Amino acid sequence: MGRVVVDVMLKPEILDPQGQAVAGALPRLGFTGFTSVRQGKRFELEVDGEVTPEVLAAAREAAATLLSNPVIEDVVRVAAADEHHSADHHDDDPDASGAVA
Amino acid sequence: MRIGVVTFPGSLDDKDAARAARLAGAESVSLWHGDADLHGVDAIVIPGGFSYGDYLRCGAIARFAPVMEPLVDAARGGLPVLGICNGFQVLCEAHLLPGALVRNDHRKFVCRDQALAIERVDTAWTSAYQRGQQIVVPLKNGEGGFVADDRTLDELEGEGRVVARYLGDNPNGSYRAIAGISNAAGNVVGLMPHPEHATEPGYGPDPRSGTAGLDGLGFFTSAVATLEGLVRA
Repeated sequence: MGRVVVDVMLKPEILDPQGQAVAGALPRLGFTGFTSVRQGKRFELEVDGEVTPEVLAAAREAAATLLSNPVIEDVVRVAAADEHHSADHHDDDPDASGAVA
Repeated sequence: MRIGVVTFPGSLDDKDAARAARLAGAESVSLWHGDADLHGVDAIVIPGGFSYGDYLRCGAIARFAPVMEPLVDAARGGLPVLGICNGFQVLCEAHLLPGALVRNDHRKFVCRDQALAIERVDTAWTSAYQRGQQIVVPLKNGEGGFVADDRTLDELEGEGRVVARYLGDNPNGSYRAIAGISNAAGNVVGLMPHPEHATEPGYGPDPRSGTAGLDGLGFFTSAVATLEGLVRA
């Protein structure tokens, strides 16, 4: 089973009230070092078998048409997720994403 | 005159829109999201609500419903289409109208009587109003902030396609206080506040707002008048 990860973020110039709310709450919990927060969306698309270039191309198409609205959002990543370092493991390894975008 | 009202899973205001159409003198026709057929209606309202739970973005999933394919074609061909609130979001997601609707800048759901200025009166949905006329209709949204880039906003203003603008405090952070816009031809209109909730005495805005609570009916009588004009022509 293969998995493609798609990350979508609001464009930098679009106000992110959710991120602002989180940014406002952080200092109350003692996290004072963060100057801004922006909240995005992560999609995980699973397929039977390998993540082939065709699968990635289809994921990019889906990301551009349904998963994001180009008026307000950017697709910042479309990548095959490494089988052994999936999101389930919450791995701290910086190479865990296996990004090939 | 047959005005179709589309029901998606999560539509809330379809019955109100249908009643408004009937009060304006039209026959209302229920259109189902899964049916790729417009059943020969003369105009369409996409009502407010939370289509498909708004789980992805407001209106994003509704835009790919079977009914939208013939609807988009018909709208491009001149069929009058009014999108209210979630319907406005659907029209933007379907690229029938420019821009997008995003979460209110103050992060709260807002529900109140809202004063508007009607700025464009040569659309299929606003011909019953006078240019500059002030009306009061209910407004209720959590993601009602209209955004677009400056070029698009300048184009909308330059072509006179701002249909309605908020008066008083901007309720949701919409750029340039835009409450509703139209396509260039004027047959497709998107509006964030709810004219369908201000069409019957006693059910519209609080009389203390200084109105009879019927200020929204003009959107629907406009469509009827437009359709009658088309038939005579």
